[in-house]
Amino acid sequence: MRRLGPGLILALVAGFAFLYLPILALVAYSFNASRLVTVWGGFSTHWYGALLSNQPLLDAAWLSIRLAFVSATLATALGTMAALALARHGRFRGRMLFSGMVLAPLVMPEVITGLSLLLLFVAVDVERGFWTVTIAHATFGLGFACIVVQARLAGFDSSLEEAARDLGATPLVTFATVTLPLIWPAVAAAWMLAFTLSLDDLVIASFTTGPGATTLPMRLYSAIRLGVSPEINAACTLMIGAVALAVIAASLLLKRRQAVGG
Amino acid sequence: MRKASPGSLRRAFQPWNDPAAKPLIEFRHVTKRFGGVTAVAEVSLSLYPREFFALLGPSGCGKTTLMRMLAGFETPDAGQILLGGTDITEMPPHLRPVNMMFQSYALFPHLSVADNIAYGLKRERLPRAEIAQRVAEMLALVKLDGLGKRRPDQLSGGQRQRVALARALAKRPKLLLLDEPMAALDRKLREATQFELMDLQSELGTTFMVVTHDQDEAMTMADRMAVMDHGRLVQIGPPDVIYEAPVNAYVASFVGDINVLEGHVVAVEGDLVRVETGITGMVELDEEAPALAIGASVLVGLRPEKLDLSHDEPPQPFNKVAGEIWDIGYLGDVTMVQVMVGGEGGWLVKVALTNRRRRAARPFAWEDKVWLSWDVEAGLVLKP
Amino acid sequence: MSGRSHAASRLVVAAPYLWLLLFFLAPFAIVLRMALSDADTALPPYAPHFEGFATLREFLGKLDLENFRLLADDALYWDSYLQSLRLAGLTTLIALAIGYPLAYAMAAAPRHWRPVLLVLVVLPFWTSFLIRVYAWIGILRPDGLLDIVLGGLGLTDEPLRLLNTEAAVLIGMVYSYLPFMVLPLYAMLEKLDRSLLEAAADLGATPVTAFLTVTLPLSLPGILAGAALVFIPSVGEFVIPDLLGGPDTVMIGKVLWNEFFSNRDWPLASAVAIVLLVVLVLPLALLQRARQGREAQP
Repeated sequence: MRRLGPGLILALVAGFAFLYLPILALVAYSFNASRLVTVWGGFSTHWYGALLSNQPLLDAAWLSIRLAFVSATLATALGTMAALALARHGRFRGRMLFSGMVLAPLVMPEVITGLSLLLLFVAVDVERGFWTVTIAHATFGLGFACIVVQARLAGFDSSLEEAARDLGATPLVTFATVTLPLIWPAVAAAWMLAFTLSLDDLVIASFTTGPGATTLPMRLYSAIRLGVSPEINAACTLMIGAVALAVIAASLLLKRRQAVGG
Repeated sequence: MRKASPGSLRRAFQPWNDPAAKPLIEFRHVTKRFGGVTAVAEVSLSLYPREFFALLGPSGCGKTTLMRMLAGFETPDAGQILLGGTDITEMPPHLRPVNMMFQSYALFPHLSVADNIAYGLKRERLPRAEIAQRVAEMLALVKLDGLGKRRPDQLSGGQRQRVALARALAKRPKLLLLDEPMAALDRKLREATQFELMDLQSELGTTFMVVTHDQDEAMTMADRMAVMDHGRLVQIGPPDVIYEAPVNAYVASFVGDINVLEGHVVAVEGDLVRVETGITGMVELDEEAPALAIGASVLVGLRPEKLDLSHDEPPQPFNKVAGEIWDIGYLGDVTMVQVMVGGEGGWLVKVALTNRRRRAARPFAWEDKVWLSWDVEAGLVLKP
Repeated sequence: MSGRSHAASRLVVAAPYLWLLLFFLAPFAIVLRMALSDADTALPPYAPHFEGFATLREFLGKLDLENFRLLADDALYWDSYLQSLRLAGLTTLIALAIGYPLAYAMAAAPRHWRPVLLVLVVLPFWTSFLIRVYAWIGILRPDGLLDIVLGGLGLTDEPLRLLNTEAAVLIGMVYSYLPFMVLPLYAMLEKLDRSLLEAAADLGATPVTAFLTVTLPLSLPGILAGAALVFIPSVGEFVIPDLLGGPDTVMIGKVLWNEFFSNRDWPLASAVAIVLLVVLVLPLALLQRARQGREAQP
């Protein structure tokens, strides 16, 4: 293997510095004892303590986690079905429209997705809150989940499923004993992606929520609009830590799985 | 049949010649189209119990589609498929007493070897003890005892093929389909495996249908074979009939090498046919009950191994022609000599000479003037 | 096929299909209808013209393009569309300038480094979008981290005052969408057969010529895909111009948000959304072509 030239090493270092320094700075300032961002007042975990007594923020976080859990589960179930339909069902009526609708939310500006779903909820006159946001998040998570699962389905030999059918398995049993065990890393990854997207979303939730259902990003957004504060930094650091742990755990899991499953 | 009376090499086993024999599988005028392409056209074919049948053809000839219709993965657009007299045309794959060994083997990567073999048995909801016993039996049958706990990716290519075979045989199917079974094996292993497969088949008595593009494979293993081209069955018969009495030029050139001459029929006296060709003059050949009109245009085929080469002119009046050696290819067991008849741009003839002695001086060299000659039994008349 | 299995395999298509018809296509139709309605002060703040099929003709007669006329007449909307396109275009170019060398270096790195580098590119994407934007507020604000560092180095005497400018919006968008540029580029460059470059060198190309005549053309589908993936969300972006931009940064996403939440003019907001979609048709077509180009590759 060739060694990297100095130019390429510079590109790597500069690129990753750009990606990571802002986040590192944010994390560092969450441990600043001083309220002023300009002054380093020494190391302190004071702001994490303050966070624990910020009940509205904690409520919002709990709501967001429940919401992300439900919407990610819905999105993964529907997205996996959509992926199976697209990858294994060949031609069916309305396939073009179907694949268009699956993929469109991926590139649709969030403001439009949010606006259109709100108008639907108003038109059918449902009370807006937890469930409307869940439906909205499931709808746009579906497309992402579908892509992840579809990639995995495309990567494995469909004669495995034929072999199962040949050996006497019904389509349902084939799915349970062959397809699902082989795509589950992708299904898990799809769920995590949908979960993160839901947890992260501000715009669509702002449109589709109702009184009493304020998500964590909405709470953070209004706090940020008021200005920078170490308390927000502390909240952000906790979220970054949680995500980093989850991603590392997931990639280790996938790696082990690949080593076994091929 | 020809005079040489070719037939199955297991001489007694010729159910296709027995009007009382009941076929296991019957294709009746089966047609399958994909979009505008006809993959299988009006195919009628019967397979008999205990038969080892090979379907031979180039890629894209429709042989895989034919097999997949038998397994239930494709449904014919027209015609019927019968198994033991029952129409199975619309039966889904999991209900058919037919199993398949896939070209890619399609071993489940998340299951152990034993679980792979047990997969079909579990679908039948057999008792646990019986499954275990059958798996052990199968592992012994394919000589993989002790490897049941391994994962497919911990096996060699040859071992994987055996697992695939064991898995497909575990359900004791009436018919086993083998899709290019040797494609992933190297040459030495392939030969050994071919003979093992034949032994296994005669031991179990299961009907085997092999799909392959490799003529050696088909001819080695099969009781009968079918040659397919553009969705049609061109000829069905035992390997030696296909080789020695091909029905047309396509079969003759797809199965083995052949030198072809154009000519027209001059005389038919009993089984003796005389064909006048521009290049070699008169050719005499022996055809059983030739239905040939005087003056008809025909092709004369001459297999390379049935030609003789000499420096001196042979005494016979017909079936000889002079030429010049153009090329010599030494292959070890045989030497392929290309002889140009009629000068550059003429008729280039392949002759196969067996190398029977290790140290004999090579009798022929490039640019030698030589005579080609052949027996009256050697030539065959081909429909164009 | 047994009845239960058949029903199950139908469900696989039907369930997501119905869901999307109900929650994607239907809302869309409503947006279109809304865009053709009049604003009203009632709640819901629009006057639906449609009162059942009996009055369909009347309904069609009342549909009007008033909202679109309003958009066309008001310079504010024109400016916001143009500014959105310009900022998204600049974002795309800058992301390409930063992302290409990065992706190239990743693809050239030793094989066992590559998965790690890939995770490093993707990881920021998994952290909250809002957090990443927020991080830049702390850096760009007057007396923020950037001013402290630059002042400490003696490079600047007074605060740069970058926050709430167009430059801040550009930085935020490049930062947020850089992974979208790097990933397709990396996928393309990593697949590139090294022997092609060796063949080019063997035939007399200098490394620079080889790059220009072999690597660059072969990575073009990746460039197109990356550009579309950065450009499309940038055009409709709301959070970044809202938090990092100033009063003069008016992008469509923000206009839509304001029409909806502040002015409560739902029909006009819908019209803005429709025009935004029309603007995105061309880059979407490009993305589709790039995807097909990649599939055509062996």
